[in-house]
Amino acid sequence: MSNVGIVIVSHSPLVAEGTADMVRQMVGDEVPLAWCGGNGHGGLGTSVEAIMGAIDKAWSEAGVAILVDLGGAETNSEMAVEMIGEPRAQKIIVCNAPIVEGAVMAATEASGGASLREVVATAHELSPS
Amino acid sequence: MLQLPNDRSFATAGKVQTGNSGDMTALNLSKLITAAADTIAEHAEELTALDQAIGDGDHGLNMKRGFEAVRAEADVFAAKPLPDTLKAIGTKLVMTVGGASGPLFGTLFMALGKEISAEPDRANLTTAFGKAIEAVAARGKSQVGQKTMLDVLQPVHDALAGGKTVAEIVDIADAAAEATVPMKALRGRASFLGDRSIGHMDAGARSTALLVRTVGQAIGESA
Repeated sequence: MSNVGIVIVSHSPLVAEGTADMVRQMVGDEVPLAWCGGNGHGGLGTSVEAIMGAIDKAWSEAGVAILVDLGGAETNSEMAVEMIGEPRAQKIIVCNAPIVEGAVMAATEASGGASLREVVATAHELSPS
Repeated sequence: MLQLPNDRSFATAGKVQTGNSGDMTALNLSKLITAAADTIAEHAEELTALDQAIGDGDHGLNMKRGFEAVRAEADVFAAKPLPDTLKAIGTKLVMTVGGASGPLFGTLFMALGKEISAEPDRANLTTAFGKAIEAVAARGKSQVGQKTMLDVLQPVHDALAGGKTVAEIVDIADAAAEATVPMKALRGRASFLGDRSIGHMDAGARSTALLVRTVGQAIGESA
């Protein structure tokens, strides 16, 4: 698929899956979408391995935008991007945006064929800073 | 085997012992990895309690999970040249910890492995440690004074650079962790609490000091 992919990373698998459901409601299958949540051992947290897997699943040559909830999700997502390495890493951006609103807005933008930069900018508009 | 100057050479303030094998002592890396995992396991509940006070309460369990995964491969990792041992430890922590401590402690070890030589003297260790601290600061978008592990790492680096003995460095690390108690957290979950983060020790600073003590003891035993 040529549309930008969306990855949702929450500390809670329930939040991640629920957010993905809301994205699907807006864009159906027009956007590559994957989510992950939890520390991989049944607890709250985020897993670098799971994030790398989600990026693979939502991979698009147009790039992937990652929406995260709290700090650890951001740090682990940045680590995952670094471990995936170039050339793909330059096409993956961790967004500074609220996870639910950001994911829905970014995916809606992506479904219209917007570039990764446009998709990320749409998500960033939701953040005050 | 990790070659480090023994305690006596560490005590030689301002002078770095280089290339003189008579001043170097060998450290059993496999034993050190096991000792580090033991230390984290022994203190897991304490670390969790510290993190529960001002964070999400997963630090002890997460660190224990990571270091148990490292322990499981202690012999394999220890058989590698020191830089590769450190990188392998870092990568394992990144993949298994399951919280922000994974990338942070993982980056510390990975960056240290990238910068250190196979048989480091004090000067190389100090330089490599400084670069590793920069990498951790970048990963956490943090700096010294924000009630994080950096508040222990930086004083340890300065003590290394300043010619302190191993015993002094271990005490400096403990004191530095203690010094995070009155700080206000500016990074991580604890920062959500604002002023209420004051009066509690940072869990990451504590685990960092514990690891410094473990390494210090291993050097002391091999000296």
